[in-house]
Amino acid sequence: MNSALINTSGLLAALSGWSDELLMMLLVVPVLAMLFGFVLGSRAAERIALLTLPLGLALAVAVAALVLDQGTPLSYDIGGWASPLGVALRVDGLSAVLLLTTALVITGVGLYARADFATPADVDEARTPLAFWTLLLGLWAALNAVFIGQDLFNLYVAIELLTFTAVPLVCLKGSAETLQAALRYLLFALLGSVLYLLGAALLYGAYGTLDIGQLAAAMRGSGLAAAEPAVEPAAIAAVVLMTAGLLAKTALVPLHLWLPPAHAGAPAAASAILSALVVKGSFYLIFRLWIDLMPVVYTQQIAQGLATLGAAAILLGGIMAIRQARLKMLIAYSTLAQLGYLFLIFPLLVSPVLVPTLADGSTPAAWTGGVLQLVSHAFAKASMFMGAGLIAIALGHDRIADLGGLSRLLPITLVAFALSGLSLMGLPPSGGFAAKWLLLRAAIETGQWWWTLVILFGGVLTGTYLYRVLAAASFSESDADLAAGPASRRQSEGVSEPLPKLATGASAELASAPPPEPASEVSPERASVQSPRSSSQLPGQTGQVQSAQRQPRLQRPVARSRELIVLALALISIALGLVPLTSFEILQIGRGGEAMAMLEPLAEPAGLSAFELPASGVTPVPSATGFLASVMEPLPGVAGSLPSAPESLPTVAGPSTSSVAPLPSAVGAQSSAMGSLP
Amino acid sequence: MSAIFDLALLADFVLAATALLLGLWVILTADALRAAIGFLVYGLLMAIVWIRLDAPDIALTEAAIGGGLIGLLVLGASTRVPPAPATARARRRWPLHLLAALLSAAVALGLAAVVLSLPDPAPSLAATVAAELPATAVENPVTAVLMVFRAVDTLFETVVLVLALIAFWSLIPDASWRQRLAWLPLPHPSPALVLLAQILLPLVILVALHLFWIGASLPGGKFQAGALLAGVWALAMVAGVMQPPAVTQRLPRLLAVIGPLVFFAIGLAGIWLAGDFLAYPVGFEKPLILLIEVVLLVSVAVVLGLILAGLPAATVSLQPQLQRAASQPRPALPSDQRSEPFLEDRP
Amino acid sequence: MSSVTFYALLGSLLVGLGLYGVIVGASALRKILAFNLLGSGVFLLFGVIAQRGAGAGFGGDPVPQALVITGLVVAFAATALAVGLLVRLGESAGLDDVEDESEGESS
Repeated sequence: MNSALINTSGLLAALSGWSDELLMMLLVVPVLAMLFGFVLGSRAAERIALLTLPLGLALAVAVAALVLDQGTPLSYDIGGWASPLGVALRVDGLSAVLLLTTALVITGVGLYARADFATPADVDEARTPLAFWTLLLGLWAALNAVFIGQDLFNLYVAIELLTFTAVPLVCLKGSAETLQAALRYLLFALLGSVLYLLGAALLYGAYGTLDIGQLAAAMRGSGLAAAEPAVEPAAIAAVVLMTAGLLAKTALVPLHLWLPPAHAGAPAAASAILSALVVKGSFYLIFRLWIDLMPVVYTQQIAQGLATLGAAAILLGGIMAIRQARLKMLIAYSTLAQLGYLFLIFPLLVSPVLVPTLADGSTPAAWTGGVLQLVSHAFAKASMFMGAGLIAIALGHDRIADLGGLSRLLPITLVAFALSGLSLMGLPPSGGFAAKWLLLRAAIETGQWWWTLVILFGGVLTGTYLYRVLAAASFSESDADLAAGPASRRQSEGVSEPLPKLATGASAELASAPPPEPASEVSPERASVQSPRSSSQLPGQTGQVQSAQRQPRLQRPVARSRELIVLALALISIALGLVPLTSFEILQIGRGGEAMAMLEPLAEPAGLSAFELPASGVTPVPSATGFLASVMEPLPGVAGSLPSAPESLPTVAGPSTSSVAPLPSAVGAQSSAMGSLP
Repeated sequence: MSAIFDLALLADFVLAATALLLGLWVILTADALRAAIGFLVYGLLMAIVWIRLDAPDIALTEAAIGGGLIGLLVLGASTRVPPAPATARARRRWPLHLLAALLSAAVALGLAAVVLSLPDPAPSLAATVAAELPATAVENPVTAVLMVFRAVDTLFETVVLVLALIAFWSLIPDASWRQRLAWLPLPHPSPALVLLAQILLPLVILVALHLFWIGASLPGGKFQAGALLAGVWALAMVAGVMQPPAVTQRLPRLLAVIGPLVFFAIGLAGIWLAGDFLAYPVGFEKPLILLIEVVLLVSVAVVLGLILAGLPAATVSLQPQLQRAASQPRPALPSDQRSEPFLEDRP
Repeated sequence: MSSVTFYALLGSLLVGLGLYGVIVGASALRKILAFNLLGSGVFLLFGVIAQRGAGAGFGGDPVPQALVITGLVVAFAATALAVGLLVRLGESAGLDDVEDESEGESS
């Protein structure tokens, strides 16, 4: 697997002696760069930040290589004080992947942002460059701290650091709309942090430690000692409170109202980081809480609840994205939807039916799929937001209806947008395809077919809103000539027309989730509020709009290098789909054991009736696995079979659901058994 | 004996009930200014609660930061943002209020049940701290946790403060970037206030230094002392005894980051000298911790003071987005009356 | 022992009160105040947990006590940022947006 690393084994051996220092440097380097940048002023801050980019990237690569090479997680007790008293850091396979993703995205964003956040030559310091570069470095440190933290309070400080760096990035422009979006974001984020802190307090009160590993051991210990899991009620309350708080920060559906205006209002480079990375920080903490801490008995019901909210996010985000008139708002709503997919992994991961699949030691499909979704969305969305920034510069606006001629003006950006779109839709060959495919597979394997419908319908919605953009953008000039004035108007009306049907369909699907109608009231207004501002930024622009539609002109030139950065990130999100699935074994380093230990009690079910596992769980699943695997395995790795892939997707989904005919009944039995759980 | 016990119990009950009533007042009173004043009083009351909970270190922090500085910030904001006119909106939203009330009540009751059913005897690290305390050369156990066992939290907390300052300053309108911070100074401070500031300035500095000095063995320390210094600096700025700095000045920034920088330097030196990041070489614990505390005191005081000093006044004329806002009826802000620019910003 | 019970109850009720205030607060400023009240309740519960863990000659477990001090400073930073945003919003757009903000958020 790591044959490429063999010739560098000498280097790795040398590195392994420095693993403690490497972990510390992940935190120290960006923070020190931030502090020096603040003192030395905006021009120096930019220079320092640009120097820090390769350094931080090298650190992330070194740590990831070390984890992969050793096959065990790296951990470090800060100050030499062991855990209940001191604070520990830990990098396992998953956090190594996330560290690497963070470093790559931030490097891309940093290079892209040079043009937007340069200090003008005639002043010795300007506000936005100083704020952007120092906050970028601070945010990097905060994300690294989130991904390697092992102590709940240390993680609290880290997520607060993340909040204080992310919120001001939203309102760098200083307009009333962005200030308002930032304030709303801050209030949600603060509520989230304080609920998280409350949970941490309860866990300390119950177990006398804040170290996640020790907490997990304490919970599991008490659970096994007394035949039925005797977890402290405080632990359950704590995990629920912390999850609720982190959901507010991750913008899962009932708590999502802050995200679209904040992510759409920020400068493009900042939007890219906010959408690609910041929301993933809090999601990662939810993931850790659930995998490491949540008492086993309660997981299945709450996991279904979380996934239901995720499904609501997929549908609502998709529908709202279709309705948006402005490109950045569309991308922001798309983030909402794509975050929803991440929550689908919870019921798929903790499903009791999964245990037999795990027995052969492979990484669970839902696990790999979820992480792939997280990572590929990070790259795709960073690319999209930065591309939207270039489009706004080139055209002077980001109204979707008036994007005609873009294919001539910014071909590379448009290609990058389309490639990122492939990943978001889940079409092959892309990271998003592999992710959604694995989630589909896991849903079928575990007999939770209803999630496959959500995933597929979400893909249709994604395709619809991305098609709108691409269709508008690839309007040639002659087409635009024919349909100049009325076309855009008709288009915007036509878009809102099919919506009531979609919305009612969605709310029927989501009977259990409250349809957040007010959101649809708020955001179009907000979008329309933004339009006068952007036109006032370019005086005289309103008169030009008509002519610009007919003959799109470059308002301001866009550097080719910036387009290439956007393209590079999009290509990474595609390339993730071409990586052989076996390389994702890294995700299991330091985690597989815990996950197995967590799932083991399920093999001797606490509340599940015995007939289920043998009847429907064991026998059909391996066959379904084998069947799917035979279709699946060549796909991500071999590019040759790719053209046939779009056909194979629906056909595979069809027969597999029917071939596993006992599954729906098994599902019914399972859900009734779950209903009888305490 | 039991009479004394009952008296203490009664005192605790009265204290808790009063704090709860003040909390209700803060949430339910109609006027934002009254709510802010209520919160200020509430913070002072909480300081007493912390003493009753045998946490004098927190009591000092709560009085200085929780009640004092946060109260001042909110109080300042409530005078700056005009009171919201009472509308019929509140009545229209009563289902939301009911729902929120039910949710909050459920959370409160559930939480109380959970907290009261925490395991007995409570798990605690007190014994572990006591066992390791001699190795730290610090007598105050809370200081030992803050500066030795969990030093990384303290380090990152000061980084949080610096980032909060950067975040706060990133809100400055571009046109006002070079001006002095301007929330505090009164246009015509009364002579009594000036005199008070002049008398309090040296006095409070002495008290703060004392508080800081005893922090290693008794309750007290850098955060409490830093908050006091920031408070008296703010008072001096209000009275015009000291002039607020401008954002572009480098000295305040240097002082703001000197604490975390030195902390980092000593922490990194620990890798070579003591084998671990943020470990202190044996025999040098006390002087090194003292050095870190001194620079942290400076940084905490400067950052808190700079935040209290606020933002420069918005100069409407130069701000493109604001021209639109200026045509709307704008609230009369106290800072607008003296928006003449101070452009001599470099010392 | 039972005085700790009072403070445990007080902390829980403050959390509930603060939560209510954050959800329904009439303006952003009131939400900020409510957030601080909520935070204060959380810190108080930390303090109760510290007090329950008293031992080894200490009046309370020093670890949660130290955490509360860190938390108070972080809460100050949060409040400062929120107040700054609020005042700038009031300066740049007048009161209407502040009102809309609270309206939109609580729905």
